[in-house]
Parts: sequence; C-alpha cells; structure tokens
Amino acid sequence: MLGRLQVPATVRKGEVFEVRVLVQHPMETGFRRDMNGATVPVNVVDRIACRIAGREVFSAELGTGIAANPYLVFTAVAEASGTVEVDWSDDRGEKGTASAVLNVV
Amino acid sequence: MRRRGFLGASVAAAGAWRLPAAAQRFQPAQDIRPMIEAITGGATPESGGIQVELPQIAENGNSVPLRVRVDSPMTPADHVRAIHVLAERNPRPRVAVFHFGPASGRAEITTRVRLAGTQVVTVIAELTDRRFRVARTEVLVTSAACLDESL
Repeated sequence: MLGRLQVPATVRKGEVFEVRVLVQHPMETGFRRDMNGATVPVNVVDRIACRIAGREVFSAELGTGIAANPYLVFTAVAEASGTVEVDWSDDRGEKGTASAVLNVV
Repeated sequence: MRRRGFLGASVAAAGAWRLPAAAQRFQPAQDIRPMIEAITGGATPESGGIQVELPQIAENGNSVPLRVRVDSPMTPADHVRAIHVLAERNPRPRVAVFHFGPASGRAEITTRVRLAGTQVVTVIAELTDRRFRVARTEVLVTSAACLDESL
C-alpha cells in the first residue's frame, strides 16, 4: 500500500515537530453498493503506528468513520537524529510502511 | 372498487419497499452513553481543557477536517494517554482512538472524518491517573456521508 510521510528537514533538539502521514486507501464502509447492486465489503486501515528510533510515539485505531485516504497529523519530541517510521495495516492484513530521515541539530 | 383497492395495496407495498432506504437516510442519533462509560469506566469526565476544531457547517460529510488539542504538560507522570472520537449519528459511532505518550510532545491530532448527517461529535481525552475530559461539538452537515450509494 502506498503512503507518504513528511517531517521537517531539520529540527532543534527538544523541539516538538509535526509528523504528517497520508495513506492511499479507499476506507470502504460496507454501506456502498457497486454497479450491480452488490454491497462493497468493509475494508479499512484499522491500525497505524509511528516509531522514532524504534520507540513508539503515536498509534491509532481507525474505523469506517475516517475519510478515504486517511490523513493524520500528530507531533513528536526531537531527541536524536534517526529514522521516523510509520506502519499501518488494514482489516485484510495488507500492510504498508513509510519512513523519513530526521535531522536533529 | 377492486381497482382502487389494488392501487392502494400497491402504493402501500411501494412505500414498504422504500422504507429501509428512508430509514437509512435519517439515521437517528444513537445512545452513546454506554460507549462513553466503557471508556471512562464510570468516572465522570471533566469539561474544558480540550479544543475541538470542526467546521460549523460541513458541505461534504465524506471528508470533514477535525483537529483536537488537549492541554497537558505531557510529562511521564502527567500526560494524555488517548483521545477517543465518537459520532453519535454515524452507523458506527466509534470513529477513532489515538494513543499518545510523553514522547508525543503535544496531545494533538488532525485528521479528516466521515459524518452521516448533522450531529454532535463527542471527543473524550483519557489522562494518566484515570481522569477524563469531554468536549461536545455540533456540526451541520449539508451532504452526509454514506447516502449516495452510487459513489
């Protein structure tokens, strides 16, 4: 699954910075019908988590109440340079991941 | 007479057939108090200390920007553990749960939600030492999510 992750180019040590995530996913509610009238089954990203240098800083459980192509903005404290990793999975076990390099100056 | 009777019966039948769609169109607000109680464990949530930014009027319920900020020092001893979002007129009121820790820096989340009609959105913040805060925000939705089945 495709997704994008954005962090600032550089952050100062101890600064609180924004992490922006956009996942490409239809977030099917199960209430929609296709052209033949058949119900489109539920298919949502139900879990997403963010780790910085292996430590979890944020996680979320999502449902059908989240708009298609889930977009999340949250914050984290800059402690040391490292990799920001976001991984998510949907209710069918499909997984996706995105990462960005964090430069702490 | 018989023709009249047949017409009446067919109109009634057509009405009955249309009923489920109409019922879905006007999704009643559900009682979310049991859900709130499941989150708080019976504790009474405080009001204040939460800022919920939602548009007063949302044109399209399929994507409504939501921003929640909870006032907290975010130290290991005193921080926001989770933010729960409930939409009482959605077919599934539990929209999302966001988990935070001291490394989050701020208890803040921005996302886009689906809303099935004009309703009150309830946001509950779960703090350390089992304290809770609640905020209720009304949103007017002109075109609700999950109505247009062809989309």
